[in-house]
Amino acid sequence: MRHFLDFEKPIAELEGKVEELRKMSEADGINIAEEVVRLTEKADRQLRSTYARLSAWQKTQVARHPDRPKAKDYLAGLITEYTPLAGDRAFADDAAVVGGLGRFRGRSVVVLGTEKGSDTESRVAHNFGMARPEGYRKARRLIELAGRFGLPVLTFVDTSGAFPGIDAEARGQAEAIARSIEACLEAPVPLIATIIGEGGSGGAIALAAGDAVLMLEHAVYSVISPEGCAAILWKDAAQAPAAAEALKLTAEDLRRLKLIDAVIAEPLGGAHRDPAAAVGAVGDAVQAALQPLLALDAVTLKARRRDKYLEMGREALS
Amino acid sequence: MSWLTEFVRPKIRTLLGRREVPDNLWIQCPACQQMMFHTELDKNLKVCTHCGHHMRVTAQQRLGWTFDEGRFTRIELPKVPNDPLRFRDTKRYPDRLKEAREKTQLDDALVVAHGTIGGHRAVVAVMAFEFIGGSMGAAVGEGIVAAAKLAVLQDAPLIVFTASGGARMMEGAISLMQMPRTVIATRLVKDAGLPFITVLTDPTTGGVTASFTMLGDIQIAEPAAEIGFAGARVIEQTVREKLPEGFQRSEYLLGHGILDMVVKRTELAATLARLIGLLRVKEREAA
Repeated sequence: MRHFLDFEKPIAELEGKVEELRKMSEADGINIAEEVVRLTEKADRQLRSTYARLSAWQKTQVARHPDRPKAKDYLAGLITEYTPLAGDRAFADDAAVVGGLGRFRGRSVVVLGTEKGSDTESRVAHNFGMARPEGYRKARRLIELAGRFGLPVLTFVDTSGAFPGIDAEARGQAEAIARSIEACLEAPVPLIATIIGEGGSGGAIALAAGDAVLMLEHAVYSVISPEGCAAILWKDAAQAPAAAEALKLTAEDLRRLKLIDAVIAEPLGGAHRDPAAAVGAVGDAVQAALQPLLALDAVTLKARRRDKYLEMGREALS
Repeated sequence: MSWLTEFVRPKIRTLLGRREVPDNLWIQCPACQQMMFHTELDKNLKVCTHCGHHMRVTAQQRLGWTFDEGRFTRIELPKVPNDPLRFRDTKRYPDRLKEAREKTQLDDALVVAHGTIGGHRAVVAVMAFEFIGGSMGAAVGEGIVAAAKLAVLQDAPLIVFTASGGARMMEGAISLMQMPRTVIATRLVKDAGLPFITVLTDPTTGGVTASFTMLGDIQIAEPAAEIGFAGARVIEQTVREKLPEGFQRSEYLLGHGILDMVVKRTELAATLARLIGLLRVKEREAA
């Protein structure tokens, strides 16, 4: 069963009809091929026009779509010889942050991702992609490991944010995030970050302060969730759609603000309609971003990365 | 009855009266509810003389108490786009900025100055909570970077007093990018072999805590300051548990190994002077 979002209702209805007709023609041997073709085309047109002008809030919903490919789908599709590594060497292994060694298109790399999980059981196991300090400390450890062996780092970010919990605060959530950002910025190797779903605030930037930051077309990246922003500034969480619009959290907005480097086009109707195509497109974009960085030495890379961030935010939307 | 006592004196008196009598001569401590005369409170650096509660103070007061003899030179900070996203909630962001500027006489939520502390050159950046909750947007980020560059230029340590509700939401992802930018600022100072000291004051939360604040060579907090990443209310709603006593307060963080020390406001300047003196062996050798 495909999961449809609220604004996808008209598409769901058309696709439902097509499905019904197909079953009828199979059962009764009635030839209604023409009608099926007509309705299929209509559904496609509807899908195309809907997805061509998604609002910021609709994109937020697509970015959080339960069937959207998750970090582990990108690792499975893009990384061979994937060898997960565990633990922060101090307290625990945080399953919200997955990562390890592997090969990307033949090249040995370190991969990291925030993993939300894809069914109830895995969602609970991965804490819905909300990391605790040990997750960020694991990330830092793996980035430093990559640096020691000259391996590029690829990160896949999909998190609503760092876990807001008593234990997380007690173990220094803020410090863990700060150190992880620092590890990204200090890495003597290329670091390519891809926002594949939700880029939720500090919990996302902790793994995304890279040389190149890529974003899927319907991913969102924001300093606060639209709901949180609406609750604070509008004093009404129901104003989330307005907050999403105001926050300028879409890939296109962030590219125009020069806060990210590239937008990766998604399959028609979003990455969840064709996960394999989405994973492939991300692979190509990561390869394109990584290639020119491989020639740079550590000193140049670091200086370039610092300049990139120091230059940031002088751009304004007109 | 002369013209002098009948007419001039009362006039002078009303003139002086208007200027000299503040609205609140007596100030109530928000913690213990005791009243204090304002001069007494000011002399004690806005720390309650009854219960020791540290009241929130302005950035300008902070600078005066930190440098030797209260003498310092403020630097002008780089200009940034005023309203990069054209943000509007129930108010327009430029209107919020205008109000805050009029109220505080500051450009944004950070002031940077240089001078000496215990005879040592030092650059001090102070976040102004009175300016939109001390929130960090491009101006604050740019200011921290400028402060770091000034410290390197002057071969002086950088001390940042934090007081912030977190990121400036009205600047969206631009405010988020101030996290890596300010982390770079700390590296500029550290790479130059200079101390980076953070003094966490009430409150220090969100993206400000999770960036430069937690990267201090030394991390000091004032007593009972609220310090954390996630907001207490958000945590309570997420975990559906009662928060422990003193949660996200300075002493709690000290107990969990996140701070070096908790220092009373009245002892801060002396503590900073001692720390700089102890850390800057090279400065002494060169001199």
